[in-house]
Amino acid sequence: MTTTVFTDETRARAREIIARYPADRSRSALLPLLHLVQSEEGYVSPAGVAFCAEVLGLNKAQVGAVASFYTMYKRRPTGDWLVSVCTNTMCNVLGGQEVYDTLAEHLGVGHDETTGDGKITLEHAECLAACDYGPVMTVNYDFFDGVDPQSAVGLVDELRAGGRPTPSRGARLCTLKEMSIQLAGFADEREGAVADGVPGEPSLRGLRLAQQHGISVPGYDPNTPIRGDKPAPATPAKAAPTGSTAPDVPAPDRKSPQVRTAETRQPDAKTAVPDAPGTKLPVDGVPPAPRDAQAAEAAGVTANPPAGDAKPAGDDAEAQERNLREAESTGRSGGQGSANDKGAQK
Amino acid sequence: MTTPRPETLAKLTPVLTKRWLSPDAWRIGTYEKLDGYAALRKAIKAHPDDLIQLIKDSGLRGRGGAGFPTGLKWGFIPQGDGKPHYLVVNADEGEPGTCKDLPLMTHDPHSLVEGVIIASYAIRASRAYIYIRGEAVHAARRLRNAVNEAYAKGYLGRNILGSGFDLELVVHSGAGAYICGEETALLDSLEGFRGQPRLRPPFPATHGLYASPTVVNNVGTIASVPYIVLGGADWWKTMGTEKSSGPMIYSLSGRIANPGQYECSMGVTLRELLELAGGMKPGHNLKFWTPGGSSTPLLTAEHLDVPLDFEGVAGAGSILGTTATQIFSDQDCPVYATYRWLEFYHHESCGKCTPCREGNYWMVRVYRRILAGQGTHDDLDTLLDTCDNILGRSFCGLGDGATSSVTSSLKYFKQDYLDYIEGRTAPKLSDKQLVGAH
Repeated sequence: MTTTVFTDETRARAREIIARYPADRSRSALLPLLHLVQSEEGYVSPAGVAFCAEVLGLNKAQVGAVASFYTMYKRRPTGDWLVSVCTNTMCNVLGGQEVYDTLAEHLGVGHDETTGDGKITLEHAECLAACDYGPVMTVNYDFFDGVDPQSAVGLVDELRAGGRPTPSRGARLCTLKEMSIQLAGFADEREGAVADGVPGEPSLRGLRLAQQHGISVPGYDPNTPIRGDKPAPATPAKAAPTGSTAPDVPAPDRKSPQVRTAETRQPDAKTAVPDAPGTKLPVDGVPPAPRDAQAAEAAGVTANPPAGDAKPAGDDAEAQERNLREAESTGRSGGQGSANDKGAQK
Repeated sequence: MTTPRPETLAKLTPVLTKRWLSPDAWRIGTYEKLDGYAALRKAIKAHPDDLIQLIKDSGLRGRGGAGFPTGLKWGFIPQGDGKPHYLVVNADEGEPGTCKDLPLMTHDPHSLVEGVIIASYAIRASRAYIYIRGEAVHAARRLRNAVNEAYAKGYLGRNILGSGFDLELVVHSGAGAYICGEETALLDSLEGFRGQPRLRPPFPATHGLYASPTVVNNVGTIASVPYIVLGGADWWKTMGTEKSSGPMIYSLSGRIANPGQYECSMGVTLRELLELAGGMKPGHNLKFWTPGGSSTPLLTAEHLDVPLDFEGVAGAGSILGTTATQIFSDQDCPVYATYRWLEFYHHESCGKCTPCREGNYWMVRVYRRILAGQGTHDDLDTLLDTCDNILGRSFCGLGDGATSSVTSSLKYFKQDYLDYIEGRTAPKLSDKQLVGAH
């Protein structure tokens, strides 16, 4: 298990993220916080999960459940360059599948795998919302349009050689860790990066036609009055304030994570939420956990490395084959479960 | 390329896309020179109720696919209830084929920010969120920059333009989950949970974000608001049809000469759009197309003259959706296309509802078998039966959307399925590919 200690800068950023959301709704900061821990480690590690749990007053299971739901949170170390090839239907029929297959063979890696030099992580992506530029691929989510197998291979070779090819319409490339800071909601600090990129021709095609033929929508008068006889209220009627005091790290109160979650989900609930057993934090400090519990946790962590393939447990060919083999041998021995010593069919 | 006829060119209505031609329109200075924030200055002097009425009068309908009347949605927000209200913009563009919101946010982000301020003022929200798709990094860069510029100019924050109205706006990046484009899943995700849809009712209008009254609108919907405020409801209704007013950005992709974004009067037909886009690519003949993304049933060459507005497409047995017009030719296989879409729905199903989670999983396997030349006639019944058990039996539209291409491709292209099953078409997938593509 990693023993990352997150930097003071990351902690300061975490406070800034949490301050964006209403004080009693700090859990909203979880997605940006997961991007943030990914910016430091290149993936969401058990330490990253623990960090998010600590600053939000959640438990690790709650954070882990969220982190494992979303594709962009990587569960094992990634390369500097995340190369995503769209293989959804449109890009697929236009040649995206060949691009992906060629890259996989050229790099010697499959979906969600990283090259031996640690530079490139390859993945096939679902629709990237640039169908008019298809087939497309992205490097750290910035677009390269109209790719073919040759240009894609050239692109990854350039990346591996230390070059930084220019995206078709986005900003100059930054590493995946740098990109994760932006995803956590921080501005791109690089001089001029926001200005990078020009509109692609497909985005402008309808406009160019209209321009060439002098077409605009007639009758547009920006001074058209807004109908209605009510004057604007001197001070607009306001809904209740949502609170904006920034809680500090760690979580602002000592509620148990279950209670906090229940209150967020059902603020109007008439019935008090019973605290879940074993999770209540006493007011005067955290009691030491029994030694056997700590030992069990350590053993569990060692025995269960984080899944790296973004698949549910057992959803791989090897496990399927093993199940089939076991089922077969079970069948032969009269269904007595003799092959079940691994506990696969309990 | 032949020039489109004048009557076809007249269908072009550059409104929301117009500033994209100005390369610097994403900067606040340029935006302000191009009518920018004029609508806000005008709106903030009006009564919020009059703004809601204005949007109702314009007939604006949601641009995210469902086409719900926007003014009506705003009107559902209970006023004077003492609860905080929220505006959430759905910028989680991910429906296969859809590519209109990303260029808008990249090239004209301030129009969205201005729309957010006006809409928040109308529904009395003091906090707004733009939930943008995680992968949309350049759009998010421009959008965050625009929000910072708007704060610096006093268009956001406390006491906006001296009106006493306060608004905080946060740009919140998602993390790669198609399901979060569904409004209640989006709200769960924004609250920091797994993005899974909620059962409705209650609707977000009363129990949305943090169980408070919330309006969730698409990017295109909110970006339309400043134009309606400036030009008026009557001008807006000069575009489009009686029940589907205004302009719409049609995203054309696939086997055509000039794929791209064409903002047209609602109700334009595919025949006209193809004329604007220079027709099919040489050597390709139209075979099938989606009117509004992969969740809308396929249409064919016989539907070239269907008016592409909410009623017209519904009349043809499909859905207008996000006007993501993906065009396929006789060189594309509808069975394979459907298979690839199902892989997508299988991957993106959040797993909450059994029919969607299991149904898509098994349908993918049936398709793989058919495409590997090992399908049976019974497989076609199995597919339809599975669709029957998914459609209408899941919390949200993802499950329903998954069945669209299956049932429509079986309706129009059953022969293509039979050709695989009866061995007239060479298998498209090898045995090797039958083993876990995901």
